[in-house]
Amino acid sequence: MSEDKTIQGGDRFPLTRWSVIDAARSSDKAERIRAIDTLCAAYWKPVYKYVRLRWNRPADDAQDLTQGFFVQLIERSLLEKFDSAKSRLRTYLRLCVDSFVINEEKAAKRLKRGGSVSHVALDFAGAEEELGGAVMDPASIPSPESLEEFFEKEWVRGLFELAVEDLRKHCEANERERTFRLFEEYDLAGDETISYEKLAAEYGIPVTDVTNALSWARREFRRVALERLREICGSEEEFQREARSVFGWEAK
Amino acid sequence: MKSLSDKAIERLRAGADEPDLAGTRYHLLERVARGGMGVVYSAEDEKLERRVALKVLDVPGTDNDLANRLMREARVLARLEHPGIVPVHDVGTLADGRVFYTMKFVEGQRLDNFIEAVESVQDRLRLFLRICEAVAFAHARGVLHRDLKPANIMVGPFGEVLVMDWGLAKILHAEAASADCASDPQATILEKPKRQDDASDSTKSSVITGHGTVMGTPGYMSPEQARGEIGALDTRSDIFSLGALLRFILTQKAPSGIAPRLDRSLEAICAKATAEQRDSRYATVQDLGQDVSRYLDGLAVGAHRESIFEKTARFYRRYRFFILLILAYLAMRVILLLVLKR
Repeated sequence: MSEDKTIQGGDRFPLTRWSVIDAARSSDKAERIRAIDTLCAAYWKPVYKYVRLRWNRPADDAQDLTQGFFVQLIERSLLEKFDSAKSRLRTYLRLCVDSFVINEEKAAKRLKRGGSVSHVALDFAGAEEELGGAVMDPASIPSPESLEEFFEKEWVRGLFELAVEDLRKHCEANERERTFRLFEEYDLAGDETISYEKLAAEYGIPVTDVTNALSWARREFRRVALERLREICGSEEEFQREARSVFGWEAK
Repeated sequence: MKSLSDKAIERLRAGADEPDLAGTRYHLLERVARGGMGVVYSAEDEKLERRVALKVLDVPGTDNDLANRLMREARVLARLEHPGIVPVHDVGTLADGRVFYTMKFVEGQRLDNFIEAVESVQDRLRLFLRICEAVAFAHARGVLHRDLKPANIMVGPFGEVLVMDWGLAKILHAEAASADCASDPQATILEKPKRQDDASDSTKSSVITGHGTVMGTPGYMSPEQARGEIGALDTRSDIFSLGALLRFILTQKAPSGIAPRLDRSLEAICAKATAEQRDSRYATVQDLGQDVSRYLDGLAVGAHRESIFEKTARFYRRYRFFILLILAYLAMRVILLLVLKR
């Protein structure tokens, strides 16, 4: 299978299926599982960090709750109740997380859950490292508005990380590893002192090659990020809205 | 993989913004502005070796509201060949799936910036008349602008006035306008605008914009537009916007701000153009333009009934030179008579 096919959904949904919402409502079990995998890949990290911060849960509890949430998403068919005309999917999921944690608290019957919910590897240790391993102080819990912003920010970060990973695979399949390394060094490393000239000197190539490589990588990044986003939106309208929000294209 | 920093996310966003012009005749130069639908860049047309403005949507796709709006805007512009309306050159879809069109690159100033330097009321009114000419032409071709405001008017380096951003335009009488286009295009310039009675027939309107969404700019959009009565909009909605625009041109104050008092005739023109009830406004843009022209010529305006004092004052202003000449002559005669009597 070529890398292009993989990127365009060969290992996810067939192109005829519009989104994760359609797939989750499918009568085909394999497709439903793929839907949860896709959703889990995009959302587990923001959900985990959100539970840690919003509900002030220790890492172990937050891990269980995160996995429990995705199990409940399937068991209670929560995606079927989602209406894209009423809200964004990420807002809906965040509210579902809140309600799930409250219910778990009330019932006090939280169970340790295994990893059977999804085939996606959940790197909780990595997520914890990103949070700085901080012990949450209830007094420092941010307001609901800033928590919403936090969730959105983490969701965007997660989406971009998936897209960068897709791009890396795409570059490898097309023997453009050097292009990805240039992209990594210039766009991902966050080094303010980097320049096209420096990269050209480092790799021993003309500056125009650096320009072309970065231009290609950015185009491809944009494409794969939008593909990922399209999958996890409930409708074309939601996709349009989310794309403008994710890429900061809101009218200024 | 390593988590992305906030800085990296910002960089990725900035990089993803650039349109993919591969396979087109255009070479990207710089970003000019961002609008509600997308971004405007300056680009070089490599075949014709000229600079153009390239308007491109943010999001890919050719079958969605925004793409339809952009395509419609391009088609509207193509229909409106007038010196006061920016001409469109090309339309299409980029390799990254985003719909774009190119148009004349206008180097100039937005009206709200330009107007500060225009001190004379007469010059300001002449500029307003040029805006009216372009809008009247669009109305004659069955097109409403629906978003007339200072930010959408450009004044070029040679004083040319261009009405921009037809993204919210509504096509009235589509069939009639198309038929006109197919015939002699010069003849349509002389075509009389549709009267209010015809224009109010909403069944002939384009349905593309007819979903009741409020689109426009507060202060400049008519009350009926603000209420989302899209089917009921006609040329008088643009007349309301022109009235608000005229007030801004004369006072440099936004519609919501406290504007200084205007000359009574000009105040009456603005008030009539921006009347709450459509039937109380000017029937056509030409009628509005004629009233402004009459004011410029020192004649009575239709929007204001003058008192005898105002009539006298206007008469004096208009014929001041001759009146002063006659008075000087009479004064000389009186002085001569007095001198001779001694």
